[in-house]
Amino acid sequence: MELMTAPSIAEQPTPKAKSSSGCLRPHIEVENLNLYIQNNHILKNINLAIPDKSITCIIGPSGCGKTTLLRTFNRLHDDSVDVKITGRLFVDCEDIYAKDAEVTHIRKKMGLLAQRPCSLPMSIIDNVVYGPRIHGVRGKRKLYAIARHQLNAVGLWEEVKDRLKSPASKLSIGQQQRLCLARGLAVEPEIILGDEATSALDPISSKTIEELFVSIKDKYTIVLVTHTLRQAKRIADYVAFMYMGELIEFGTADQVFNHPKHKLTKEYISGGFS
Amino acid sequence: MKKLEEKIFKFLMIGSTVLILSVLLYILYVIMKKGLPSLSWDMISKIPSGGFYLGKEGGILNAIMGSLYLISFSVIISLMISVPVVMYLNFTLRRKSRLAAFARLTFDVLFGIPSIVYGAFGFTLMIYFGLQASLLGGIIAISLLIIPVMIRSIDEVAILIPNDLVEATKSLGATNYETIKVITRQLLPGISTAVLLSIGRGIGDAATVLFTAGYTDSIPTSLTQPTASLPLAIFFQLSSPVEEVQNRAYAAALVLTIIILTLSFAARYFSRRLSKNKI
Repeated sequence: MELMTAPSIAEQPTPKAKSSSGCLRPHIEVENLNLYIQNNHILKNINLAIPDKSITCIIGPSGCGKTTLLRTFNRLHDDSVDVKITGRLFVDCEDIYAKDAEVTHIRKKMGLLAQRPCSLPMSIIDNVVYGPRIHGVRGKRKLYAIARHQLNAVGLWEEVKDRLKSPASKLSIGQQQRLCLARGLAVEPEIILGDEATSALDPISSKTIEELFVSIKDKYTIVLVTHTLRQAKRIADYVAFMYMGELIEFGTADQVFNHPKHKLTKEYISGGFS
Repeated sequence: MKKLEEKIFKFLMIGSTVLILSVLLYILYVIMKKGLPSLSWDMISKIPSGGFYLGKEGGILNAIMGSLYLISFSVIISLMISVPVVMYLNFTLRRKSRLAAFARLTFDVLFGIPSIVYGAFGFTLMIYFGLQASLLGGIIAISLLIIPVMIRSIDEVAILIPNDLVEATKSLGATNYETIKVITRQLLPGISTAVLLSIGRGIGDAATVLFTAGYTDSIPTSLTQPTASLPLAIFFQLSSPVEEVQNRAYAAALVLTIIILTLSFAARYFSRRLSKNKI
């Protein structure tokens, strides 16, 4: 019998007990996660429950392990030889670090938006439909419809509809980042991971991306690593504060920003250190 | 003082460029001047008839076809070996791993080995396997010669591929094989340059094919038959005392040059068309 209610770890809000797939855990649940690179203890006993259909921002000073934590969610550390991970990480009740977990299936559930947009070496439309294509969607019309739908969703359709066949690298950085988001959405993920997804963009583009996140959060679980506190304040529903590889505080945005429980959190959000 | 320095450097840069260009143009000029008069339709459409090497009738079609066979098979074989090696070095091994560094050093050394050594090595291999001088022997020797060139020049481009691309593809749920396909696409300009370099090195080399492919007046119809090649056709004709035959050597050199130029343009054209990324 699984836990009937979400684990009541201290200082955590009670996340929605039931995620979209009908299992009884929160959408993403991290249990006693430790990560070592060579012999350095990078993530220290992380316990975290990320509720679905909301934006969770992971904040903290540089080098605190935010990105490392995010990358454990879709097993991007798999190819690094030096990395050792212990603990459990559940997505939709499935332990993604279990021996029989299939990595492509897990990654398909999550769209990753990197710091710098990385378009694939192909045309705009091929970029968007790359995911569906490798997962077996066939037929020109079907793929076109997907591309149109997703490009519309990120507000790029009007800008690129006349040059779908031209190389994606010709787009501006802001457009490319939206293209990458469309590409991620096209595999119909449940989760969107953003690793400082707006830090390489100009203010207008990053505002567009932020608004996009807010507009789609009723359909996806969005986890963002961000360096800018203001951004977290603007869009976060939940905030996780990390320091030196430890999760210091996790709660609703209001809780963390207005009534922080931990001294370190208080100092960090008041600009005491960065 | 600064100004003088700048002037000296500018002079050096321009001087070197002009020097090397004029030497190359002069070579082309000599080949054209001596080769063009002897270049005829017969020359490129006929195989040598009796007495060809004494200035009588015939052409070098045997050598043209021989060279084309040799280089196309070698390039295909080398690509099939080099691309996976580069993928392994860059995307399976960690980029700074010792094995990768050792492999790169080895390829650099192999790059610098004189082609006659590959010829001799190919020859010993052939003796070991009981092969005679043949198309197959030539293909093996030329492949050995150009694989290091190919690996190193594809590798130079592969090193520049950002890890982001690998992660972007993988995070969409792509398997390793699918990721490699995307990477290969990104590598296409590099691969086409590598192919060009290898063709240049492979097709023009006489020493590798001297022992391994042999020489014959007919066009090979199977892998086990010996084959002629353009560099050797040039070599044999140039060493003839008959002036007409010597001039034909220049015509053969001209043909070789034209083949290389055509292949270069074709490779560039196709790589541009194939990689939609770079237009």
